[in-house]
Parts: sequence; structure tokens; C-alpha cells
Amino acid sequence: MEEQLKIDFDKVIQNLKSSKKDIEVRQKNLNEFIKNGFPNKRTEDWKFSDFNQIITSNIKGLKFFNNETKPGEFDQSIFVNNFTHNKIIFVNGLISMLDFNCEEKNKIEVIDTHETEDLNSKNPLIFLNNALKFNYIKLTIKENYSLNKPLIIYNITNNKLNSNTISQRIDFILKKNSSLKLINLFDDNSNNNFYNINYQFKIGKDAILKNYKIDSQLNSNIKYFFNNIDLEHNSLAETFIFSTGSKFIKNEINCNLNDQYSSAFINGIINLKNDQHHEIKTNINHLAKNTKSYQLVKSVLNNNSKGVYQGKIFVNSKAQKTDGYQLSKALLLDENTEFDAKPELEIYADDVKCSHGSTSGNLDEDVLFYAMSRGLNYQQSKKLLINGFLLDVVEKITDLEIKDLIKNIMENS
Amino acid sequence: MRKKELEKIKKYKYGFSTDIENIRAPKGLNKEVIKFISNIKKEPQWMLDWRLKAYERLQQLKEPDWQKPKFPKINYQDLYYYSAPKSVKDKPKSLDDLDPKLLETYNKLGIALVEQKRLNNIAVDAVFDSVSVATTFKDKLTEQGIIFCSISEAIQKHPELVKKYLGSVIPLTDHYFATLNSAVFTDGSFVYIPKGIRCPMELSTYFRINASETGQFERTLIIADKGSYVSYLEGCTAPMRDENQLHAANVELIALDDAEIKYSTVQNWYPGDKDGKGGIYNFVTKRGLCKGKNSKISWTQVETGSAITWKYPSCILKGDNSVGEFYSIAITNNYQKADTGTKMIHLGKNTKSKIISKGISAGFADNTYRGLVDISSKADSSTNFTQCDSLLMGNKCGAHTVPYIKNKNSSSNVAHEATTSKISDEQLYYCSQRGLNQEEAVGLIVNGFCKQVLQQLPMEFAVEAQKLVGISLEGSVG
Repeated sequence: MEEQLKIDFDKVIQNLKSSKKDIEVRQKNLNEFIKNGFPNKRTEDWKFSDFNQIITSNIKGLKFFNNETKPGEFDQSIFVNNFTHNKIIFVNGLISMLDFNCEEKNKIEVIDTHETEDLNSKNPLIFLNNALKFNYIKLTIKENYSLNKPLIIYNITNNKLNSNTISQRIDFILKKNSSLKLINLFDDNSNNNFYNINYQFKIGKDAILKNYKIDSQLNSNIKYFFNNIDLEHNSLAETFIFSTGSKFIKNEINCNLNDQYSSAFINGIINLKNDQHHEIKTNINHLAKNTKSYQLVKSVLNNNSKGVYQGKIFVNSKAQKTDGYQLSKALLLDENTEFDAKPELEIYADDVKCSHGSTSGNLDEDVLFYAMSRGLNYQQSKKLLINGFLLDVVEKITDLEIKDLIKNIMENS
Repeated sequence: MRKKELEKIKKYKYGFSTDIENIRAPKGLNKEVIKFISNIKKEPQWMLDWRLKAYERLQQLKEPDWQKPKFPKINYQDLYYYSAPKSVKDKPKSLDDLDPKLLETYNKLGIALVEQKRLNNIAVDAVFDSVSVATTFKDKLTEQGIIFCSISEAIQKHPELVKKYLGSVIPLTDHYFATLNSAVFTDGSFVYIPKGIRCPMELSTYFRINASETGQFERTLIIADKGSYVSYLEGCTAPMRDENQLHAANVELIALDDAEIKYSTVQNWYPGDKDGKGGIYNFVTKRGLCKGKNSKISWTQVETGSAITWKYPSCILKGDNSVGEFYSIAITNNYQKADTGTKMIHLGKNTKSKIISKGISAGFADNTYRGLVDISSKADSSTNFTQCDSLLMGNKCGAHTVPYIKNKNSSSNVAHEATTSKISDEQLYYCSQRGLNQEEAVGLIVNGFCKQVLQQLPMEFAVEAQKLVGISLEGSVG
């Protein structure tokens, strides 16, 4: 792998015509990655998902550079109907289209760069992302501007792509009192690829971010998403994850509540079948007084699948009056399913309200019996209960239009 | 004595040391020292081989470093691994032969070794540094076939039992401190309850560290044969010293079909002074195996002492319908640190486990609950319930919860809940309105907070533990 990585790294650098400084930073990140390798279960953060094993057993001959440096064609029918929105479209990891037609032009700034900045991280996959990323977009929303319509980022792959790595990085900078609704959609027509996507959010004073990640099509790709969210005074970030499609997904969210009255909400659904393995990992850092966080993750696991939730609430000694909540519930519907959880609290302030809960088990027989005694058959009752279980999370979505959209997607998947 | 020192003693009343002549092994950890220990205990060859095997293994192991409380590196070559009062070179046959100084020490600690003086029905095995100095009520227990003696005695008198069960729950190769213990363990208790016997009294061991620069490595082995029941208590204290002393014990419990073992600990090792100087490093491996069907192991612990407490009393629920319980109170004050919890490993069908953990953190202390609940794919219809509550006093301390929950069985249920809070002003106000001063009020509220666990202790212990809870938190309010 190391050899292939070095060859592909040189190709990336050649194609990007990088500056000397950029090459230096990338090289440093590459070396860090090579030193660490893909994380395995001996790494605490990857205890329940042995990434090294997952990637080597699923992808043979992993490449790190896509020879086609021009984005391919895509079918416009994948756009969400009857739903006006702004678009950014990636085909095979390359930017293909930017469309902000619903917005005032001078309020949004999009810079497509590839100059790398070093990130303060020890995560090997972030090193890899930093070394290889091809497109690097910085999207800034100016002060006091709220987008009229949501922004959907489409990630499309076609069948030309195989055993490849897609490294992407987008920085979202929300200036004071601005707001953004962001939806991530995946249209996977490829197999055995490794997505490594890194989003950095800087949310200014009074700004609002609503971020919805939807991965609903069954495919054999492996995905790692890293989101870093920095929140300033009185700002808010809402994240919703719908995780059902790919073979393996790990959604990692690191959230820093840097100033007073900022709040973070993370809600997630994991719905799996057939050997899938998905994980949600959160890290909420309460660093200032009067901050709030709320997490709800529900998982439904069918034959041979595995779900993992690792959530951590950290409360700094300065962060008095913190309100932190975390709940994870899982349904194990078949034999050979597995759910692992590590809900963690690390608290250094005394005047706080922090709690977490985690349950896992099968559907309650009594409840099933009740539904059946009302005339539903076994399958219908089961479906009703599972739907009710999951809709609880969907109901937390604060944007009505998007909530309907997601309910629609859920029904069809 | 200066006033300051008087006050110090008041805080930790077990902080005195006994001036007694000792026999020590040469300093350091090597094969010679292990042979010395084995020799002085007149151990058979197989025991020495076992120890040496552990020592070989130890050379390949590294000290674990994943725990939350960090500590300066321990120089294992700079410790004495064996220290015993000269007068008990051969274990005294009766209390009359026991060095009066030792008797006095135990009286001072509130442990009467003279049977007639005891009001309550508790048999005691008293371990002083590296040796067991006395075991009471032996005759009465022997009548029923119960074996209650020091482990060194058991190695000589009941080798078949020791050979069969020693290391069967905590293998030689387990982890650094357990392996270290296997190589150099000095004394501890051995209990065997025969088939169908319900032990008529509480059994208990009282551990005392006295000598300086010594590590205490005790080993306890309890076997409850089919249909038997035993309740076992453990208490510990140590003198106040500015150095940190290591206590690395191994405790193994084995419950066969329909047997029940109840193991209670009130741990009150010297916690160090209020600037965090001195105190015991309490790195203990405790593990119980529910080997038979319908067996039950219940751990109850009140952890108030030690500079660092690092232990996870665990249950391996191997037999079908077996039950594991863990009740814990961990109190840390000043610069104390605790990283404690449990492991419940469900292997058998229809196994049940329950974890109640209460952590209280004050001053500059750090208190971590770390636990594992692992339901294997064969453990059908198993359930686990976990509740971890933390109480914080002041904003210089920390309370952490790190549960690992693994469920591989769709017919099993796991539920975990945890909360962190402080004593609310309303509660304090209500109590002071009723005429309690602040310290009394805090004591009352904390005792209420711990009640679920204190209830599990045998009565004599519960009273003591309740007092201990109050004392441990003195000076943490206001």
C-alpha cells in the first residue's frame, strides 16, 4: 500500500501544480499517515470498528489517485424534485457544478483552492485527507445573510470509479448572524471506493447551521466523514445523520462550544442490514458557561449488521451551567447483529446537568402483542413499531420542509 | 506532638505505625527474591515453578497506561517484596503466642482478635504486611468442613484445591499487576465452603500495611461449592507516610452450581495528605467466576482511601441463569484519584447483571467510572442494568463515566443510565432550616445518595461505612 500511496501522491502533486509550501505541508501529512497507517482496533477511537481490517478486506488494490482528472457526466434526474435549492455537485470526487442561483451573488463567496493548511489533529485519516485532497472549497456566508434556499451537496460516483480514494475538504465559514441549511446527498453507482470527507464549520456569533447528511442507497463503498464544528456566542448547530446505504460508514463529529449560549444538537439514525457496519462518534466540548448539547441516536439492526455509537461530553471547569444530554437506543432484530456503545462523560465543573442513557435489545414482546391484538399481522406490527422508533429522531428536525423531504427518502429506502 | 500533627491523626485515625522488628526479603524484584519468598513460606516446588513462570511472563509485559489517573513511574527494583514481623516467622499456633505488639495494633484498629471479646459473629483473618498473623473462629468453622485460613497454609494443607483453582479466574498471563502478584504474592485468605453449607458467620480479612518501602501483594481465593453460601468482608488500613506504597492484590472467586458469594470491601488505605503527598496505590485485580448454573456473585465496595484506586471487580457469568452484581461507592477528596468500575461478561444463557455505582468527587480529586458490559452471542435472554451517578463538590474536581457496552445477542437487553450533578442549594437550605449545620447536611445528603449501595453491606460494616463516608468528605464544604 505504501508504495502505491507514494506513486499516487506524486501524481496528485503534479496534477495540482502545487506551490512549494503546499507540497511541503502535504508531504508532512503524508509522512504522518505512513507513520500511523490506517487506524485499527488498538486505537481507542476505533475500538469497535477496526478500520484497517475493514478497508483491507473490502477493497483490493486501493488507489489514491483518480486518473480521470475531469469530472464525468451525470444524470440530472437525481436532483431533488419540487424543492428549489442551491447545488454543489461532485462527480467522482471532482467538482462539476456550482449553482447558487437562489441567492444574492455578493453575499456568498466560494473559493476553490487546493492550498493546504495544517490541521491540529492526530487522526491518521485526516492526515491522509490533507495529503491527498484534490478539491478544497472555502465557502463563506457574509454577515447578516441567511440563504433563501437550502444548499444540497451531491456526491455522485459512476461505474468508472473503482477501488479509489476520494478525499474532499470543504470549509464553511458562517459570519455573524448568518444562516445555512445544508444537505448532503449521495448517489453511488460505483463500488469499493473509499470516501474520506472532511468538513470544517466555523460558526460566528448568532449564526445558525443546519446540517443534514443522507446516505440511503445500498452500495459497497466505505465512507469516513469528519466534521469539526466551532461555535461562537449564541450560535447553533443542528446535525442530522441518516446512515443506511454504504457498507461501512463512520460519522465523526467534533464540536467545540467556545462561547456562552451556544448550542449543538446531533441526531442520528442507523438502519442496517446485510453485513453493514456503521458508526457515529461524537465529541462535544463544552468550553464556556451556559452552553447546551443534545444527542439522540437510534439504531435498527437487521441480519449480520453492526452498529456503533461512541459519544463523549466533555465539560471544562469554566463551563458552569452546562446542559448536556445523550441518548442512544438500539434494536437488535436478528441473531448475529451487534451493537456497541461507549457513551462517555468527562466533567470538571460542578454546576452542570449532564446525563446519558443507552439501551439495546429486541422489540418488546408485549408491545408487539398489543399491536397484533388490534388486528395487524406480525410483519405490519413490527414495521409500525420500528417506524415509530425511528420517527422519534426525524421529528427532532427543526426545518419542516427538510423534515418532509427526509421522511420521503426514508419511506423509499 | 504538635497541634498540626494531632489534627492530621484525627483525620485518618489509622495512620499510626507499629514499631516492630521485621524480616525482609532483599530489596528488588528478581528470581532470588521469589525463591526467598517461596522458601520462607515453605512452599512446595510446584508453587515456586508457578511463581517463576509468572515472573518470566512479567518480563514481556508492559505496565498498562490507559487509565485516567497518571502516576510517576514505579521503580519495581526499589521495593521490598516481603516483610513480616520477626515474631511470626512460624505462624503462632494460638493467640497466646502472638506478639502482644501485634495484638495491640489490631485492638487499636478496632479489630478484636480475642474471640471472647467479640460481640458479633465474624471470623477474622488478620494480614500484617506480608503474612497472616492470626485467624479466629477456626475450630467452629472446621466443624462444618469450612476451610478458612491463610493462603500459605492452604498451599501446604490443601494443595489439590489450590492447584485446581488458583489462577483459574485470573490467569498468570492476565496483565502486568496481576502477573506481578502471581510472581510475588505473599499472603491472603483462602476460603472453601463445602457442598450445601451456608457459612454460619461472616468471614473477613483485615489487611494492614505497616513497614515502609514495602509493597503488599495479597492473594485471596474463595471457592463456594455446589449450593453453598458465604459472605466475605475485607478491610484495609495503612500508616501515614510521605511515600507512595503499592498494593497489588489478586482476588479470585469461584461459585459452582447454585452457590452464592457476597464479597464486601471497605477500603480505607491511607489516602495521602491534603496536598496529595503520600498514600497507597491500590491496583487490585478482582474477578469472580460464576462457573455453575444458578450461581451468584455480588461485589460491594466502599472506596474511600488510597491515593489512587484502580480496580474493576468483575463477574464472568459462565453458568446458565447466573447473576452478577456490583455495588460501589467511590469517594475521592483532596488529590485522590479513582478509576474504578466493573466488567460483566455474559457467556451463559439467561444471565443477569446489575451495576450500581456512586461516585463522589471533592477538592481536587478525579473520579472515573469505567465499566464493561459484554453480552456474547450465546448469552440468550440476558439482561443488564447499569446506573452510574456522580456527585461533584466544587469546580476543581472531576467526575467521569466511561462505559463500554457490547451487545451481540438480539434476545438480550442492556440498559445504561448515568447522571452527574451537585448537591442543590435547595437541599442544603432545607436541611439547614431543620437545624443541621452545613457539614451535617452534606453528610446526610451524601448518605442518602449512597444508600442503595450501603444497604448491601452487612450491618456491622454498614454502620462503619456510613461514618467513613462522612469523615472522608470532611473539610470539602464551605
